[in-house]
Amino acid sequence: MSTSKTKVVVTGLGATTPLGGDLPSTWSALLAGESGIRPLDWEGVEELPVRFAATLAVDPSEVMPKQQLRRLDRSQAIALIAAREAWTDAGFAPPATRKSMKGEEPAGVQDGFAVDGERLGVVLSSGIGGLHTALNSYSVFLEKGWSRVSPFTVPMLMPNGASGHVGIEFGAMAGSHALVSACASSAEAVGYAIDMIRTGRADVVICGGTESCIHPLQMASFGAMRAMSTRNDEPQRASRPYDKNRDGFVLGEGAAVMILESEEHARARGAKVHGIAAGCGYSGDAYDIVLPDPTGAGQAKAMRRALDDAGLRPEDIVHINAHATSTPAGDVAELASIKAGLGEEAASKVVITATKSMTGHLLGGAGALESVFTILTLRDGVVPPTANLEDIDDEVDLDIARGEPRKLQDGPAAALNNSFGFGGHNVSVAFERSVD
Amino acid sequence: MAELATEQQILDGLAEIIDDIVGIDKDEVTPEKNFIDDLDIDSLSMVEIAVAAQDQFGVEIPDDELRNLKTVQDVINFVQKLQGENPALKG
Repeated sequence: MSTSKTKVVVTGLGATTPLGGDLPSTWSALLAGESGIRPLDWEGVEELPVRFAATLAVDPSEVMPKQQLRRLDRSQAIALIAAREAWTDAGFAPPATRKSMKGEEPAGVQDGFAVDGERLGVVLSSGIGGLHTALNSYSVFLEKGWSRVSPFTVPMLMPNGASGHVGIEFGAMAGSHALVSACASSAEAVGYAIDMIRTGRADVVICGGTESCIHPLQMASFGAMRAMSTRNDEPQRASRPYDKNRDGFVLGEGAAVMILESEEHARARGAKVHGIAAGCGYSGDAYDIVLPDPTGAGQAKAMRRALDDAGLRPEDIVHINAHATSTPAGDVAELASIKAGLGEEAASKVVITATKSMTGHLLGGAGALESVFTILTLRDGVVPPTANLEDIDDEVDLDIARGEPRKLQDGPAAALNNSFGFGGHNVSVAFERSVD
Repeated sequence: MAELATEQQILDGLAEIIDDIVGIDKDEVTPEKNFIDDLDIDSLSMVEIAVAAQDQFGVEIPDDELRNLKTVQDVINFVQKLQGENPALKG
């Protein structure tokens, strides 16, 4: 164990996902093996190669006033919803700087801990940004001209918009950041947040990711890449990592946010601790803009660097939430990387799961959501099973949780969450169970 | 279609637009209120409100004029003046 680094703990969690409008409902649906994947009912959807996606279980309009939604892209609205849940979960007082809108419940706990804004940071990522806004505003422009384009178009489409809004709402003045690296974006956000605390820039960081780009253009674009499952007759069975009959990923939307805090700060205020954000490892494939390096060398390096950064040994790892998007090549290549990263012996003892089988692929939101799942897996000692894993691929030679949730042993335990993005961005985040 | 509006109709219409866009109760929107100081409406929201008011009342509010419309009464006066000058609304 490294003793020189400031220990970073997780004290608040929030999410809105295809499985539920908050984290408790999402987590229980995940353990029950439910699917958040639904048919799309758009006009003209029959023209698309893929006609289903993992859409939000609870639309933001059910929990946010319409006046606020007018000036937020959907991806920004759900980031705020998840951030509010995490803030309240952390036991913080309502932010002093914020004026509530009509019909709105401010986040936070009355008589909760008042966070010093000068010591509060935000790292909140989106891989795509405000795609809905960009395209809707362009439609308005074509139909009605420039003067009818919303004056909020720019702040709504910029990918750092969610980070900005969360920083404003909670009065975060230590710095507000948005790292963009496609499907690894919000895993990087967690890593950067850990470093903000370790380097003394902040005591508390709101970090996570968001994505909402289930739009006909995005379905057409990923469809043109032949990257998505086309199992249109059985949407709920379409995302099936490690199954012989997997045929691509399923696009999802959602947001997940966690509150990271220096252990010293958390202990001083008597916070409940969900787990330890132990470290993060990065690498670049330097190989291809969309294809992962088939040798898996880059992915393995990210995992090894995460272990080094966290001061962990390969045999400490009991669980991995895999990137596993349900593509024919990617899923098994990652397993080879896990063996290369941890060594065959340690890798054989790890219980692996692929939660994208139920949530779909949240792109820039995936790393944060799966980091949250990894923390809950360690905290509750139970690994959610990979759904739809019926006929396991012959090349799968590691232990994949399927069927029923898998119990983990009590006591000290650590886990990795892998996230890999187009561009060759490899990120692995290490978490540890908090054992008092 | 836009038609000549009374002062009360303009006030009601404006209050509805403001509620729709920034969520301020209609009762709050009274003639003497200043958009920035009293109603706390930011400049980008004012642009949205002006565009919606143009559509509703059938008038053009140039950007130069928008800067001078500081209170609810200013908008009422401006809309009435322009509507009065529009022959299409008189018949």
